[in-house]
Order: sequence, then C-alpha cells, then structure tokens
Amino acid sequence: MLIIECPWCGKRDQTEFSCHGEAHIARPLNTEELSEEEWGDYVFFRKNPKGLHYERWVHAHGCRRWFNVARNTLSDHIHGSYKPGETPPTIDTQEVSQ
Amino acid sequence: MNDQQPQVASGSRADAVIKTTSPAYNRKRTEGDNTLVELPWIGKINLRGNPEDSRFVEKIKSVIEVELPLESNTQHHNNSVTVYWLGPDEWLIHCKIDRVQELMAELGSQLSSIHHAVTDVSDYYTVLQIQGPNATTLLRKGCPLDLHPEVFKSSHCSQTRFGHASILLHKLDSSTFNIQIRWSYTEYLWDYLVTALDAVDR
Repeated sequence: MLIIECPWCGKRDQTEFSCHGEAHIARPLNTEELSEEEWGDYVFFRKNPKGLHYERWVHAHGCRRWFNVARNTLSDHIHGSYKPGETPPTIDTQEVSQ
Repeated sequence: MNDQQPQVASGSRADAVIKTTSPAYNRKRTEGDNTLVELPWIGKINLRGNPEDSRFVEKIKSVIEVELPLESNTQHHNNSVTVYWLGPDEWLIHCKIDRVQELMAELGSQLSSIHHAVTDVSDYYTVLQIQGPNATTLLRKGCPLDLHPEVFKSSHCSQTRFGHASILLHKLDSSTFNIQIRWSYTEYLWDYLVTALDAVDR
C-alpha cells in the first residue's frame, strides 16, 4: 500500500487516488500542421520507463484536485508530489537506481 | 424498515415515480451502545471561489456569519451553519433545510460582482451519524484514513472513502462522527455499517 501526499490534503492512502499516466505532455500548438504520425505520438504514445516517472494523479475521493507525482516504477517509491504548474523536483538518479 | 413515502415529482410523467427521500430516511439502528441514524434533512450549499480575493472571503462571512475555513480538513461553525473545507477553492455549507433558498439568494446577490459559484446540493447528499464507544472501530472497517485520536481529532473533517463510496467525515467528538454520502450510495453504506455493527457487538 502506498501513502501519497496530496499537495492540499496531506498524506493519504493510495486507494483515495487514481493515476492518469505521464505528466507534462504539452498539447502541440500547431495542430493543423501536424502529420498523422506526430499527432498519433501526442495522443497515444507514452514513456514506459523502468525507474523515475513523472505522473498525473487525482485525489478522487478527497479534494478532487489534480497534481503530479514523481514515482519510481521499479520500487514504487514516491519521491514527492507537486502542484500543477510547479517545476518538477530534481531527483538524484543515483538514489533512483538503488 | 422502508417506511418512506415515495412522492411523484411535479411535472413528471404520472408513471415515473421519483423518490424524493433518501433510502435511509427515518432509519435508526442500535446495537449495544452504538447507534447508527440518518440525520433529518440538512440543507447543503456548495460554494466555489478564490480565497485569495479578500472581498470573497469577507462577503461570505457577512452572509453566513462564520469565517471561511482556509486550512485543509477543517470546518468552522456557529449555532446554525457549518462550513467545511472541500478543496483549495471549494467549500460546503450545512444549514437548516428551510434556510437554503434564503442563503442561496443572499450569497448570489452579495457575490454578484465576484468570481464565484453557488450550488444547492441539498438533495444530492445525505448525512448519517454513527455514535458510540465503537464508532472509530466501525469506521476503520471501510475507511483508509488514519483515525487515531491523536491524528484525526475532534472537530476535524475530511473527505475520504468508505468501501467504494466517497464520503465527507466529520468528527464531532471522540465517539460521534457524521458521514455525508451521496444518496445513491446510502443503501450501500448503511448495509456495510450495519454488518460492521453486528460484528463489533459479537
């Protein structure tokens, strides 16, 4: 069981949250100029790293706010959470690989 | 147990019976010293706005005569009104059901020039109250929140889940909790808590 820190409500059980995949995917501004392949990349293709991953989570059973989480997909260790629009925290990759 | 009177909502087709009372209407269950009861219908107003706008905060206070709680998982109340923190820009006001229209109108006119949203959600939720020496144990059957008395103290409130249902939990004192839940989940919560009550009593 993971304990996740909601930036507003504090530490809560994982089951109060739901994860919605990779964070920081910006919608292209020149959509009419995109090729089929580029548009497909934006809509469907996601990173699937073994290790550090920045993800979007929503506190579904709590304040219902969206935020970002830096999580290690290998160990499930959560390095921290931050509000939308904030700069992702710098994570020591040495620490991640351990 | 089901003694409610289904009513036909005005304007609906004659054969479409819409229940206008909660599934747990008038229910009460006592096992040992623990009691589970649905509270009489409470008026509920969802309020949204920017807490950094001092005009917004002051206008709310002038209407409901309670300071808006700006800290997470807190509530402020006076004799007639309770305001719960729901999110960084969202609150819920509990009041007597016959004051809802008056408060809605007053909030609407006072906040007319300020960015806000006021919504009557009185018939969206119902409030169950669990009271007794085993209240905390019963809640632990389905709620992942840390309910240790040193962590979740009296007067604290929190949105969390019970089983699969989202709830708003308010601790009135060490042995009394109010649980606000959507009407459509009331039967589920009721059955879950009654099963837990039977297990505790044994």
